[in-house]
Amino acid sequence: MIRQLRLARRTGIVTEPGPAGADLERLGQQLGAEVRRRFGRSLHIRQVDAGSCNGCELEIAGLTGPHYDLERFGLHFVASPRHADCLLVTGPVTRNMAEALRRTWAATPDPKIVVAAGDCARDCGIFAGSYAVVGGVAAVVPVDAVIPGCPPSPAALLAGLLAAIGHGGGRAAR
Amino acid sequence: MRARLSYAAAVAAGLGGAWIGIAGLLGSTWTVRVESLVPLGGLELTLDPLAGLFLALVGVSTAATSLYAIGTADEARDDPAAYLAFVGALGVVPLAANAMTFLIAWEIMSLASWMLVLDRRDDAATRRAAWVYAVMTHAGLACLLAGMLLLGAHTGSLRFADWSAAAPTLAPAVRSTVWLLLALGFAGKAGVIPLHVWLPLAHPAAPSHVSALMSGVMIKLGAYGLIRVGFEWLGPAPLAWGVVILLAGAVSAVVGILYALVDPDLKRLLAFCSIENIGIVLIGVGGAMVFRHAGLEALALLALVAALYHAVNHAMFKALLFLGAGAVVHGVGTRSMEAMGGLIRRMPWTAGAFLLGSLAIAGLPPLNGFVSEWLTFQALLQNVRLADPALNLVFVLALAALALTAGLGAACFVKAFGITFLALPRSEAAGRADDATPAMRLGMLVFALACVLLGLGSTVVVPALGRAAGPMVGAATPGAWGDLTTLTLTGGFAQLSPPAIAAALGLGAVAPLVVLALTGASRRRRYDETWGCGRMLQTARMEYTATAFADPFKRVFRFFYRPVKRLQLDVHPESRFFVQRIAYANPARSIFEEWLYRPVLAGLRSAVAQAQRLQSGSATAYLAYIFVTLLVLLVLR
Amino acid sequence: MTAEVVLAVLQVLVVAAGAPLLVGALRTLQARLVGRRGPRVLQPYADLAKLLRKEAVVSTTTSWVFRATPYVLFSTMVVAALIVPLLLARPALDFAGLVLLVYLFVLGTFFLALAGLDAGSAFGGMGSSRAVAVAALAEPTIMVAILALALRAGTTNLGGIVERFAREPLLAANPGHLLAFSAFFIVMLAETGRLPVDNPATHLELTMIHEAMVLEYSGHYLALVEWAASMKLFLFMTLLVNLFLPWGMPATAAPLAILVGLLVFAAKLAVLTVALAVLETSVAKLRLFRVPELLAGSFALALLSVLSVFLLQ
Repeated sequence: MIRQLRLARRTGIVTEPGPAGADLERLGQQLGAEVRRRFGRSLHIRQVDAGSCNGCELEIAGLTGPHYDLERFGLHFVASPRHADCLLVTGPVTRNMAEALRRTWAATPDPKIVVAAGDCARDCGIFAGSYAVVGGVAAVVPVDAVIPGCPPSPAALLAGLLAAIGHGGGRAAR
Repeated sequence: MRARLSYAAAVAAGLGGAWIGIAGLLGSTWTVRVESLVPLGGLELTLDPLAGLFLALVGVSTAATSLYAIGTADEARDDPAAYLAFVGALGVVPLAANAMTFLIAWEIMSLASWMLVLDRRDDAATRRAAWVYAVMTHAGLACLLAGMLLLGAHTGSLRFADWSAAAPTLAPAVRSTVWLLLALGFAGKAGVIPLHVWLPLAHPAAPSHVSALMSGVMIKLGAYGLIRVGFEWLGPAPLAWGVVILLAGAVSAVVGILYALVDPDLKRLLAFCSIENIGIVLIGVGGAMVFRHAGLEALALLALVAALYHAVNHAMFKALLFLGAGAVVHGVGTRSMEAMGGLIRRMPWTAGAFLLGSLAIAGLPPLNGFVSEWLTFQALLQNVRLADPALNLVFVLALAALALTAGLGAACFVKAFGITFLALPRSEAAGRADDATPAMRLGMLVFALACVLLGLGSTVVVPALGRAAGPMVGAATPGAWGDLTTLTLTGGFAQLSPPAIAAALGLGAVAPLVVLALTGASRRRRYDETWGCGRMLQTARMEYTATAFADPFKRVFRFFYRPVKRLQLDVHPESRFFVQRIAYANPARSIFEEWLYRPVLAGLRSAVAQAQRLQSGSATAYLAYIFVTLLVLLVLR
Repeated sequence: MTAEVVLAVLQVLVVAAGAPLLVGALRTLQARLVGRRGPRVLQPYADLAKLLRKEAVVSTTTSWVFRATPYVLFSTMVVAALIVPLLLARPALDFAGLVLLVYLFVLGTFFLALAGLDAGSAFGGMGSSRAVAVAALAEPTIMVAILALALRAGTTNLGGIVERFAREPLLAANPGHLLAFSAFFIVMLAETGRLPVDNPATHLELTMIHEAMVLEYSGHYLALVEWAASMKLFLFMTLLVNLFLPWGMPATAAPLAILVGLLVFAAKLAVLTVALAVLETSVAKLRLFRVPELLAGSFALALLSVLSVFLLQ
């Protein structure tokens, strides 16, 4: 225990202002303002893997680490869609995951937004035309924002979340 | 029609008995003597505060249970004569003032309840339950008979009043023997570990209204006997007796609730829970005996009041739970909780009553179970006034046992109520069950009301109980218990105000509504299926079962339950990689049956087999035995 | 009488308003200790405000028990907040003691466990089963720790204990007191679901105890449940600092004395929060079936504390 505390003290806070220096900071501050307007400084995200190769998941996991630390903006990952405001969907929606994704969306309370992360989520990416996929995320649930990339970097993910909140998201359940 | 009329008569008798009992509790005493009715002293009934308390208990329980029974009366199979005899005997036992009256009423009580258990004798399990019950209760009766006759021989009278007067003249060895015999007899009836084996067999097998009376009232009379023996008939008790009762109570409490936790049979769970609550009552009684021996009369009074209060409370909420369980079992057709579920929608009245009973038995404020457990805790917490460190340690262990019991009790009733009534039905029958009939609801309502009133009105109940307990512990005054809204213990050790707690909880429930209104919270509600990780098939088989709920406890207390895992896999005939059916069972084993009863019974059987060799059947051999015995007696003379 | 009611209501407001701040401070501290900037200290207030504005999705398998539980839970915390010694050495509304407090928490856990079963999912049942198991195994330790306190203070009345220790500080200057404090600290970890017993930030359902029971809650129900949970942590920490280290608490209801008392209390609470944050970032979560061993250890500590009273007399 003492050894770990000493290591923590030596290492200090490693959160980066952003890979592009001032850019991410501005993005981060803009994001903060938008989240504040829409959800009042707090956005809980539930990540759904609709058949992805996990490349996007690795980048998303990077967001929660000490270097990118999305918690400082009021964002937080949650375990249950009942606790979530935002569904972050990755992967081309495979046939086996289509119904599961739809049920997850129905389980999330309003107001909610859906963000499709990665090229696969946008239009199946390299898996387009396969017998196993249904289409992009928009084929199953209404999408508020798309973050392109294969995989998108953590900075791009943050920018995409901003776009989702800034551009009239939040469709109510049918 | 006959059964219903008998039950109605029982309601009237119960109300009458309650009236007399409460009058006795409040101070009116009388004696009735009829010389010729009963041998060896005649029929003698005396009403004093303690007897009045137990008579009131019998009366109220009988009235409400009989009301319920009118709703479930099965004209073909019910035995109203046995029921009336049972109820009558229950009323006579607390009033009995000499040995023969007591024992005859005791035996009628046991026989009548045995006959009622056999009401549903088409089932082999019921027949075995009745057999074990008959054997255990008559072994207890033998002990009581031996003890009382021994005491009668040494004091020269069979009247209880004479025994208290003659107690100081008894030799210590005689006193101890008598106490041991009487305590064994009464403890067996009360269901104290390890004499409890009949209880989880007989109580579930009997019809629910009979179980309610057996669990709620009959076992309390065992505790009544222990109180009389420990405080009155043999004079002030030596230290050892009190410690034995205290430890027996602590062990019964913990063991009882441990077995209740892992049982998937609803009524057997309730039966084991009765063992637990008798344990709590005996903790109070044992503590009172120890405090009295140490000369701390105020604390002895507190402990005994706590015990009596818990006895009364347990009668109320256990009867409520058994009646509710009866309605459930009647509706679903089985006692197994694995086939229940979702009944809160089909049986809302029964569910509400069962929830109230569960809250009361878990000892949650502001109901009656909380107040009596609070009193017991306060009595145990003040053990520092005892100068002996060994005694202090015993009290600390009893305190820890009581706390563990309270926690496990809450867990047990989360399981009992949650698995039975909540979520989805686990079987077809549970999906079609009908709620209780109006008479049944009325019976349950009486007990529910009693639970609430005994909790909120504890400031009125406790002084009355003090009047009953006072003469037992030799307290000169009934004790000061605070004012109308607050219970205050002497010396300012603690205080409790159940009405204030109830009011605070009510206001506390209103507070979030105020907050929600002030913050302009959204009250919109949307209905959707349960979140199951997007699973396609959502059925009742996804729910937790009673066996699953008990799993953490089975693991933690593995050394006690010694569970046996039985796994059976049925594979497809074509390939062993396709499993068609998995059957899993993880029953707990009873260490008492394996380590105590089986060896004792085996020993008895071998002894009997040896003795059987004497029974050769030859008249010559028997004549030889008589001759030899005569010779020996002549020589020894 | 009115002064007492005002003080009592004020105390509840302090607890209700301070609990999210405590949780926020704890989270930010833990983040800093692992090298992150972490969320803002006031973040839990924003979370609660947002949750209150969301709709509530209720499962079709649930009954009125599910919908009533958040109110019952909040109610028990409000009543507990009324009787803990916080603003004054002797609480304004003095109708009960430590034993009632323990049972109030059990009442909350009882209903929350029922709500977990009501959802009809395997997660909820698992959470309920584990939560009541941990709560039941923590009970003996709590009671024996209460005995240890009551033995030294001569009463189980909360105000009485505080006043006695404040009057005679030497009563607290023995190893038994420290043992009782440690035992109660471990019980706090178990009852409020902190590491090493339960990880409040986990996403793995198979490792959840408290979280699994609230997976079905959303909207204002979730807000009430989360708020009640943070109030429970606040109340346990208040008990730890005010019962075991009761110096600095005002005896009279003078406004200046109360303010000074609040500052001292905040300072004590801050020290305990830092200690808790350091502990949580240093230890890993215990395997579920090792938790009874931890609770047995805390029971042994409490028992030793009680025995020390008898042996050192």
